[in-house]
Amino acid sequence: MKNRANVVIIGGGVVGCSIAYNLAKKGVKDVVLLEKSYLSSGATGRCGAGVRQQWGTKQNCLLASESMNIFEHFADILQIKRDIELKQKGYLLLAYSDKELEQFKKNIEVQHSLNIPSVLLTPKEAKEIVPDLNIEKLVGAAYCAKDGHANPFQVTLGYAEAAQRLGVEINKFTEVKDIKTKNDAVLGVQTNKGFIECTKVVIAAGGWTQNIAKMAGVDLPIYSERHEILVTESVKNILDPMLMSFSYNIYCQQEPNGSFIMGYGPENEPPSYNMESSWEFLETMSKKATWLLPPLKNIRIIRQWAGLYNVSPDRQPIVSQINQVEGLYVACGFSGHGFMLAPAVGILMADIVTGDNLTFDVILDLERFNRGEIIEEPSVV
Amino acid sequence: MDENKVIICRCEDVTLKEIRNAIREGFTTVEEIKRVTRSGMGPCQGKTCGLLIAKEISQMTGKPMEELELQNIRPPYGGITFEEVTKGTITENNK
Repeated sequence: MKNRANVVIIGGGVVGCSIAYNLAKKGVKDVVLLEKSYLSSGATGRCGAGVRQQWGTKQNCLLASESMNIFEHFADILQIKRDIELKQKGYLLLAYSDKELEQFKKNIEVQHSLNIPSVLLTPKEAKEIVPDLNIEKLVGAAYCAKDGHANPFQVTLGYAEAAQRLGVEINKFTEVKDIKTKNDAVLGVQTNKGFIECTKVVIAAGGWTQNIAKMAGVDLPIYSERHEILVTESVKNILDPMLMSFSYNIYCQQEPNGSFIMGYGPENEPPSYNMESSWEFLETMSKKATWLLPPLKNIRIIRQWAGLYNVSPDRQPIVSQINQVEGLYVACGFSGHGFMLAPAVGILMADIVTGDNLTFDVILDLERFNRGEIIEEPSVV
Repeated sequence: MDENKVIICRCEDVTLKEIRNAIREGFTTVEEIKRVTRSGMGPCQGKTCGLLIAKEISQMTGKPMEELELQNIRPPYGGITFEEVTKGTITENNK
């Protein structure tokens, strides 16, 4: 392991690996990435694997569509051989009230301003796309055929491989113990395998980001929250798009290999680092899923697990330098959407660290909370 | 023995060759190999392949078996249909 670096990235999930690749691509030398376990062992490897562009704010639409462009040409752009299993069979967002449908209409206007090819559908049209869908109580739907699925492990490993080829040193099973600062500036990172001297540190540690930031004396306004998910045995294809509802509170898709993967947002889940699975989730999830897609009832659930959402005050990402400690940067608070936004976030953070103008016209800095500029994104599950 | 014809993970059809390639690429834990190859992601959750993969890692890296961790086994511990969960009708006679 190097004992000096220009930039140390803490966290080997998809965001950390994307940042590492994009920094190296910009010509930054001596970038070192640290991961306490294996790559994608945290939130990335536990996520629902969905990639969508149907957002309600212009900047989320922009980041998501730029990310989708990269997913579409991933192997070419990164010059790697990995198949990221991109499946673009759409996201079908379900509306169960007129109010919800009105919101979808407004969102689609924003999406169209950025050439995202989303459309509004009647329940009957939704059923044409998903013949097994229960359309009872359904008022309408929004659909974008270019949304879909990608394999989070392969995307993360793709970024890691491309980063290593450009000179990034990746240290798996290396735990950060402390961030040393002096006069409010970064001096280096203490790990269980030695000290790395550096003036710039990027924290992209998912659910553990707030704990790492504390090592540098910084209190971030974020917390971690358990979300559960399950996967079924692999069966023949009956569901093309990701099904999602904000009000019925569910997401469910069939992966390219035939397994269904699904989850919902927990209610009254206290902030914690708990990653245990629960019987309550299994039961509620089963009821929700079989109501929505009745043929699921005969399919076997084979595994459930949990991961951490890292939640920010407006449930939107924080991609920012930290003003109180020179050389400290953070990418966190993705609130469940880190995977699908990671390609664009990597570019953005590389701009911030190198002091360049931002490639994308977005405001995701930490100071927005002090300025009272909360991002109001209506499309969060 | 043809590495391409030896199936290590029967649920996901992963061959010995794929496992060995993953270890050569630097994935030297059962959890990592699961994620790279899908071994252990099927219905048996690695009950068969987990030990075989650990043995392969041990042979190729020289790390003793007792130091290698197997994959997490997660609930539900056997395949269970959505209907069995919603109706609560699990009995010994259920298939």
